[in-house]
Order: sequence, then C-alpha cells, then structure tokens
Amino acid sequence: MHELGIAMQVVDVLAERAQGARVTRVVLEVGMLAALLPDSLRFCFGLATQGTVAEGAELEIIEKPGRARCRACARELELRRPFGRCECGGTDLDWISGEELRIFEMEVA
Amino acid sequence: MCGVCGCGKEEGEGDRSGHGHEEEGGKHRFVRAKATGRRIRLEHDVLQHNDGLARENRALFRARGLLALNLMSSPGSGKTTLLERTIAESGLRERIFVVQGDQATDRDAARIERAGARAFQINTGQGCHLDASMVARAVAQLNPPHGAILAIENVGNLVCPALFDLGEAARIAVISTTEGADKPLKYPHMFRRSDLVLINKLDLLEHVDFSLAECTAHVQQVNPRAQVLVVSARRGDGLRAFYDWLQQALQQALRTVAAGEQSSVEGVR
Repeated sequence: MHELGIAMQVVDVLAERAQGARVTRVVLEVGMLAALLPDSLRFCFGLATQGTVAEGAELEIIEKPGRARCRACARELELRRPFGRCECGGTDLDWISGEELRIFEMEVA
Repeated sequence: MCGVCGCGKEEGEGDRSGHGHEEEGGKHRFVRAKATGRRIRLEHDVLQHNDGLARENRALFRARGLLALNLMSSPGSGKTTLLERTIAESGLRERIFVVQGDQATDRDAARIERAGARAFQINTGQGCHLDASMVARAVAQLNPPHGAILAIENVGNLVCPALFDLGEAARIAVISTTEGADKPLKYPHMFRRSDLVLINKLDLLEHVDFSLAECTAHVQQVNPRAQVLVVSARRGDGLRAFYDWLQQALQQALRTVAAGEQSSVEGVR
C-alpha cells in the first residue's frame, strides 16, 4: 500500500543524484522485516519512474534477512518474518537488522 | 548465503539474476556481472527522512511536556469511539488534544470536538498513513499546553502506519472482536511495535466467533511485552484500566521532562 509513496521517494533521490543523466539501473536493499513487498515495490517503481530520468530503469531488489537477539538467553538468530522463536523457547526478541530500505547504488548512462 | 549482499547465493557465484561477486583488492564486494554505465554508490536510507523528523517531534514533545500516543487499527475498530468516551468520562478532557488522520472528510475531528476536546484533522488524500511532518504541522496548529495528551489517531490501516515513526511516546493498537483473532499474526508489524493492545467491542462478543484467549496469545507471540486490555468503547467495560494506563503514561512523560530539566541544570553547573 505504501510502496507507491516509497517508490516516489526513491525516484526523487535518483533524480537528485543523477543530475540530469539517465538512470539505467537501480539496486535496492530491502530488509525482510521492513513491511515492504518486493513485487509491489517493483510494480510501483515502474509507475513512479514514468516521465522521469529513471523511466525504463532496471530494478534489482536484494532482500536481506533480519537478525535478532533473544532477550532471555542473548543468542542471535535469523528472522525471515517479523516474529520468531529462539532455540531456548524465548519469543521476546530484540531486532538488530532487517528493517532497512536503502538505495544501494544506481547506474547512469 | 552471501555475507555481503545477503542475496542467498554462495559468495562469488556467477548467476542468472544479473549480478555476481568478486574479490577486489582483497576486499569482498558486491558487483554486477555485466556492468554497462557508470555506477554510483548511494547507500541512501529511504526512511531516514521521516525518522529524522520523528526524532525532532519526540524531542519537542519531551521539551513541552506532552504525552504523544499513536493509535492504530483497521478501519472501524472503534478508535474514535474510544476517544469520545475517554474525553467524556476519564476526567482528562481538558488535557486531551486529538490529531485525526483520514484519507478524506473531517467527520472524525467533528466527533471529537462534539465530545468536548480540541481536534485537528489531517486528510492524507491518496496516502495510507500519517508521517512525522504531518504530525509536526498538526501540533503547531493545536498548540497543546504542558501536561497535555496528544492522541494521534492514525489512518485506519494495519500495514503502513507501522512503518512510520511519528515521534510518539507509546503506540496503541486497537483490534475488535468483529475481526479475526489471528490478526496479530497476520499483521505482526503493527502489534510488534505496540505498547498497549486494546481488544475492543467486548459488548459484541456473544454474537461473534472470537476467542479473547486466542487473540491475547497471538499478541504475546509477536510481542511478549505488550499489555493487553479488553474493553468496550461503546458500553464502557474495562475502560477504567485504560484511563489508569493513560494517567500512568502521562505521569511518566512528565517525570521524563522533569529529569531532562534536572540534567540540563546539572549540565550548566
């Protein structure tokens, strides 16, 4: 739902940094805990780039699994959805990473 | 999995998706298999803009002695009814200032004002959530005094509002018995970040297939630290506990202000 707004923000940054050059390729890093759907982001990116310097640009999305630390036993674990259970049975988890949404790089023609 | 880009492939493996990995100067880095144009590294955090504004809001609320609450739920869970009743009977009427977020109309702000509190309506248009800059503008208009409760009623939506920090001190999620008891599992982002979960519409429980125990267990699964209260905003059940929670949260916010003032005084010394 919010992917369109996010895609528009991404395009704003691309346009600002490309300084008039044509953007041909964009790499986004999306954490698996970030509440963003890659398919939806891809669809919205196509819409948001229309009529901009990034129109037609190839979009690559790198999904990054999250990491969390168990508050009960301090063990670290990987999270692919926004909740989970530690080996010790604990579900009270402190998220370390996985909520990022970054424009990693772009290519300009 | 590749430890650099996390793409799930072995480090250095060539692949079909258009990128691979290679050693360069002894430092592993992510590269494209087939580079064409000029590559520009941005590493730009897209949500950072809102997060920065939210931090400013939080500092402002703290400095002005405000308790900011972000109320979130699906459309129709009873957020506005809850606020109306709270204004009417909690004894906090003078303190409550409401920011209303809806896609369109000022109907909810009108309801709050009829209940006797001041409200500011934000229409998000095509937007599906409130963001920190909208809240900053609303607070400038409302200008709540020291010791006020700033109740921010977010756009009815269990997905997007979870992503946008507004600078609030606490998050309240409202779920009602007419919804599925498994909503906390289906929308874990919202519930994971909530300090208080209100299960509303207790008055309808006998007419629906909703298990309070199951819903509470699901909340605890995604967020073991959330407090859960069962209420009926329409009939009034359980609300005394909610008003007590509000009082405590307000006292804590004011203590934080006092502690901040104290430490700045000590800083001067």
